Amino acid sequence: MAAGNEVSSTYYIQHHLQNLTFGNHPENGWSLAHSAEEAREMGFWAIHLDTMGWSIAMGLLFIWVFRKAGKIATTGVPGGLQNAVEMVVEFVENLTRATFHGKNAMIAPLALTLFVWILLMNSLKIIPVDYFPELFAKLGVDYMKIVPTTDPNATMGMALGVFCLIIYYSIKVKGAGGFAKEISLTPFNHWALIPFNLILEIVGLLVKPLGLGLRLFGNMFAGEVIFILISLLPFWAIWILDVPWAIFHILVVTLQAFIFTTLSVVYLSAAHEHH
Amino acid sequence: MNINMTLIGQTIAFAIFVWFCTKYVWPPISNALHERQKKIADGLDAASRATRDLELAQERADQTLRESKEQASQILEQANKRSAQMIEEAREQARAEGERLVASARSEIEQEVNRAKDELRAQVSSLAVLGAERVLEASVDEQAHRKLLDELAAEL
Repeated sequence: MAAGNEVSSTYYIQHHLQNLTFGNHPENGWSLAHSAEEAREMGFWAIHLDTMGWSIAMGLLFIWVFRKAGKIATTGVPGGLQNAVEMVVEFVENLTRATFHGKNAMIAPLALTLFVWILLMNSLKIIPVDYFPELFAKLGVDYMKIVPTTDPNATMGMALGVFCLIIYYSIKVKGAGGFAKEISLTPFNHWALIPFNLILEIVGLLVKPLGLGLRLFGNMFAGEVIFILISLLPFWAIWILDVPWAIFHILVVTLQAFIFTTLSVVYLSAAHEHH
Repeated sequence: MNINMTLIGQTIAFAIFVWFCTKYVWPPISNALHERQKKIADGLDAASRATRDLELAQERADQTLRESKEQASQILEQANKRSAQMIEEAREQARAEGERLVASARSEIEQEVNRAKDELRAQVSSLAVLGAERVLEASVDEQAHRKLLDELAAEL
């Protein structure tokens, strides 16, 4: 989409970065937001239908494919699907074994879910930026941002899930007292320094999910913006920049999924360890 | 890019996916993987065992072959010895038989000669008497001279 002037290209970029928001607008009540301002005015009590829809779709795709592979899994000669799925499973299993030293049967499946889910959501980025917004515009839907990981709600949501697990396992493994002791008596084991320790440890704890979520969001969002900017070029020139960027993103997409997964496992591993 | 309910929604979706994956996706794939690993390891084990068995069997076969060859040559040697012995024995027997035959023939001949002599002796006396009768033309008392004549015949 070549833009003639500044205003329309600004509008184009903003349009592509706006989620389809459904929420409680102060004036219109529960409704779809028709502009970025309306979406902002809805505050917290709103939901991004596109983010939720696409992320759940990707999750279901993951579950469906892997469940299918699990059902047909044989110990004999594996088929194509089983082979591919097993490669991923084995990769995640090795990753978990290398980083996680506690005993918890849920960590590996958790890592698998995170990795494949994020990978699938990130991969939506390779689809040309105009396809779905244009398609849904034809269907009368104003906004459609299909890559859930470019929405901080999605990445922070997952990070929040991991954070809850960190807290849960910290308390479960060390006991409430043990956990309290850990955050109040490290790094300085002296009663007078408890407030200082508390601030340090709580900040350290909170930074974990924040870093997880923002890292993924930042990378994906920045990539998305570049894709949108590239598509502002004349149509015959788009591929010159778009193709290298997309190829580069095959790496970024995988790498970000890998980083999110690895860090989650590392954090959970730390939650299982006694100091 | 507003933070809103989507955050909570995502967290819930995440929890559900993790739960489902833990319960229904991970176990079958992981189990199949580990079982296959075990199967392959067992297969490799069995293969190396089979190779070792084969080597052992070959060694045994070689040994058996060697032993049987030795036995065969022993048997052959024994047979040769035995046949030589048998030939020797047969030759010995034949010679003994021959000697025996010769001896019996010789004794028979001797007997025959003795009989002929006896017969001759018996006849000589009667011939002599006959001759004397003829010479003397007279009847000589046979009884009187019989004893003399017999003595004469015994001297022959």
